[in-house]
Amino acid sequence: MSHRNHPVYWAFLVHRLSGLALLAFLPFHFYVLALAIEEAATLDKFLSWTEAPLVKLAETVLIIALAAHMTGGLRILAVEFLAWRDWQKSVVAVTGGLSVAAGLIFLLNAG
Amino acid sequence: MSEQTITVDIWRGREDGRFQTFEVPRMASQTVLDVVTYVQRNLDPGLSYRFACRVGVCGSCAMTVNGKPRWTCRTHVDKVAGDATGGRLKIQPLRNLPVIRDLAVDMAEFFEKWTQAKAHFVPTKTRDDDFQQVSPDDPQRKEATAGIECINCGVCYAGCDTVAGLASYLGPAALNRAWTLVNDVRDGGQADRLKAISGVGGCQSCHTQQTCFELCPKHLNPTAAIAGLKRATVKALIKGDL
Repeated sequence: MSHRNHPVYWAFLVHRLSGLALLAFLPFHFYVLALAIEEAATLDKFLSWTEAPLVKLAETVLIIALAAHMTGGLRILAVEFLAWRDWQKSVVAVTGGLSVAAGLIFLLNAG
Repeated sequence: MSEQTITVDIWRGREDGRFQTFEVPRMASQTVLDVVTYVQRNLDPGLSYRFACRVGVCGSCAMTVNGKPRWTCRTHVDKVAGDATGGRLKIQPLRNLPVIRDLAVDMAEFFEKWTQAKAHFVPTKTRDDDFQQVSPDDPQRKEATAGIECINCGVCYAGCDTVAGLASYLGPAALNRAWTLVNDVRDGGQADRLKAISGVGGCQSCHTQQTCFELCPKHLNPTAAIAGLKRATVKALIKGDL
């Protein structure tokens, strides 16, 4: 619907979808952490699997989602608790830029 | 110019209606309301729609035009029926409100929510008191002034996804009006009002998508008003007034 086609709505969507993605990811994350105590061998096997390029790429997407959710959350807190600022779309652009930058920094260190 | 026409799909019936297609002559500086009026006066007198002033003051002619809620009297056909829409117009009633017939919606619940939000002035003085002095430069007065020009057209209400998803949500217009009153030093209904606009369906339900700000034909900013109400309710809660 065209009335939703504006940057702050996209930011809302990114925030909501990244939140749901992280919610789905967290149980797996905790499961892998639990392996460190219960099954060291399985953990090592899993960690070597994460070295694969495709997994690194997926991790990059995850980092971007995490950064987008954090910066988006800070943006919402600023809207709700600080005085109103008219440059909302610029703030959305900054949160987007920071999120992509976080992903790129991770990729640079992934090799 | 008179040879040229525009193809217009207009919603007919109630929620379970259908589109009817008309060919309307193009004119210079033609507005969407002009198109609807042409259809009603020349092609189908049974078409229901609502308008009054035709000049952006009364707020009664809002409709969904090519997917976006707009005031039709101040929306030029040139602006909305470009190449992206194939030069066509698609006109529907406002979203989020019950359709009475064709393009006319029942605004009752929209105004009912203004009442629920206690978005009315509560006087504290009598005719025997002197005039209240309010400087136009006062920061609170500036907040009130920024939101006061609402014409109740319902465009923000129709565009709001929170209204679409939560029937009890008061909506951008009622909350915007409440915020102007929160900033009115003469008003005596503050505590009741903050209670009325809190909780489920109140200002906290807003997801800050800012579509109301994006769409408001008067360029008001209901999202900023709602953010102000959120801060006011937190302050009241800390003080123990809520």
